[in-house]
Amino acid sequence: MGAQFYYTIEVFLNGLMAGVMYALVALGFVLIFKSSGIFNYAQGVMALFAAQTLVGIQTGLVPFSHLINAALGTDVHHFGWHIPGILSILLTTLVMIGFAWVVIKLVLKPLAGQEPIILFMATIGLAYFMEGFGDLMWGSDIKKLDVGLPQGGNFAIEEATASLGGPDFYGFYLDNLDIWAAVIATLLVVALTLFSQYTATGRALRAVADDHQAALSVGINLEKIWVVVWGVAGFVALVAGIMWGSKLGVQFSLSLIALKALPVLMLGGFTSIPGAIVGGLIIGVGEKLFEFAIGPMIGGATENWFAYVLALIFLVFRPQGLFGDKIIERV
Amino acid sequence: MFYREAGDFKTSYQDDSQTFPIAFDRYRYYFVVAFAMIVIPLTINEYFASAVLVPFLIWSIIAIGLNILTGYCGQVSLGTGGFMAVGAYAAYKIMTAMPELNIFFVVLLSGGVTALVGLLFGLPSLRIKGFYLAVATLAAQFFLVWLFNRVGWFYNYSASGQINAPTRTVAGFEVTGPMASAEAKYLFCLAFVILLGIVARNLTRGKLGRSWMAIRDMDIAAEIIGVDPLKAKLSAFAISSFFVGVGGALFFTVYLGAVEVGEAFGINKSFLALFMIIIGGLGSIFGSFAGAAFIVLLPVLLKNIMVGGLGWPTDIAAHFEFVILGGLIIFFLIVEPHGLAALWRVIKEKLRLWPFPH
Repeated sequence: MGAQFYYTIEVFLNGLMAGVMYALVALGFVLIFKSSGIFNYAQGVMALFAAQTLVGIQTGLVPFSHLINAALGTDVHHFGWHIPGILSILLTTLVMIGFAWVVIKLVLKPLAGQEPIILFMATIGLAYFMEGFGDLMWGSDIKKLDVGLPQGGNFAIEEATASLGGPDFYGFYLDNLDIWAAVIATLLVVALTLFSQYTATGRALRAVADDHQAALSVGINLEKIWVVVWGVAGFVALVAGIMWGSKLGVQFSLSLIALKALPVLMLGGFTSIPGAIVGGLIIGVGEKLFEFAIGPMIGGATENWFAYVLALIFLVFRPQGLFGDKIIERV
Repeated sequence: MFYREAGDFKTSYQDDSQTFPIAFDRYRYYFVVAFAMIVIPLTINEYFASAVLVPFLIWSIIAIGLNILTGYCGQVSLGTGGFMAVGAYAAYKIMTAMPELNIFFVVLLSGGVTALVGLLFGLPSLRIKGFYLAVATLAAQFFLVWLFNRVGWFYNYSASGQINAPTRTVAGFEVTGPMASAEAKYLFCLAFVILLGIVARNLTRGKLGRSWMAIRDMDIAAEIIGVDPLKAKLSAFAISSFFVGVGGALFFTVYLGAVEVGEAFGINKSFLALFMIIIGGLGSIFGSFAGAAFIVLLPVLLKNIMVGGLGWPTDIAAHFEFVILGGLIIFFLIVEPHGLAALWRVIKEKLRLWPFPH
């Protein structure tokens, strides 16, 4: 086998890892869409906000310090403490749950019963709000996020596979962080599945996803379920934020990964958790291979649009996605 | 009292089917047009014209275009920025390929090119709906921006990858290029706004507009009563893209002058246009203007208050703008889902009864 063959495999593996990261964001979308029928555009910004909050808490930044300094003429920046990673993750989770509660009280309840597209636009508004709010609270500079996850290439794999492809091939290069992300994403999905299958709240969650009104009529507290779902989605956003933030730094472009999750969802179907994962893997592998094989011929940077065009073409043939519920329309 | 249908007798079919059948509306329209054409150019101030009025006019055209697609036909589009880019690059290519052609026709032709592209990206709308379509239009956004960024032919292989609008004149006055005066730019844009405004108004109240609204309200039901969804959806996409393309061409040639595609026509522009029609009012021509005015004025206002008045740094003002914009979108959707246009409707209702409310 030539080196080219192994390089293709390497690209494939890296695509799988990238796909896991996309799936992680897509998961948050699916959770909310299934339980409340809301397509939450703000999921990506939630990841950004969670990552910002995490860094802020961890390094003891003073919230709104820029604003306070500008308005009062003071000069405060840090509290001067440093909170360990695990504790700050817990605190951030609390913040995200609190945030979920506020969103439901102030945005979703007043909009209950509106058309889905109105709710979608409301979440776009929410995304804008959070983007500005996060920057106001923690500052818009690029922050380094470090909760102790290993970074850099994995030497063990590289050395073990170096002999495969002849003298031109130096072994598979896989980022440690990507491997960890894949492991954590798998754990997260298993945990979510167990949660929704074996706990009372999980059962209520599935009931709401199946039929709102039937769930209400057997005495399920819809508002409570929404808080749980948005809280869980906030936690998933936090995990995604940690992964992407450790990889790229906490910065504005983090919120754009949400846009990448959209074609993943279209491919997998909006209502299916396995769909989100399979869709993520297909998109991750597809765009890496496309960029590797065809990108150099047509100018490169095809990753910007490949996913969308793939999803678009796919949808023309199967409008509900791979695993989505069949769309039935009635007059 | 002021606004009433009663007593305004029509004696011919022509009277009955004119653009503004109610006398008050008609006079208001004449007044606004006359004011915009005569009073504003005489009293215009250079900064105000270039920072507020010209972008307002251009965004109005774009908002009308998006409103035709989203507000009237119910097809949510997140690809507005991409279609604006098509208009801009079409204008650039036509201007450099045919230097003698009057800029007026260049802009119209660019709209035509954009309409064709819009038609192409509208094809999936026949199969997919709702969110799926909204996401599908993102494909247009990202693909088009990438295309103009990467393929040298579109920017004539210039080293910077930017496109610059050459100087063009209308009746002896420069309207594009660095030396163009604010008045000329303003009047040039105004001509398009008036022209396209009348077209949009009449399209939306005619047969085509009604078929769009039928599709919006329920496409299957519309199909059963004889509306052809293929024709209605594709015509909405084409006409909407035409408007957006004209807007994009003006945005590039008249307003910005030089454009780097990722920055000028990124995804944010798509959202901005969407916000305009939400705040202004979905399915309303007046709403498109109101929304455009609101979104154009808001940052100027905020900047003047926070940077000019309070002396805060500009980045904080920019973040506040996001917070306020997002908050307003949610506020409007909750309090008044039909936007500023609905407020205008309430005012008309009051005017009809005033000063005798019973």
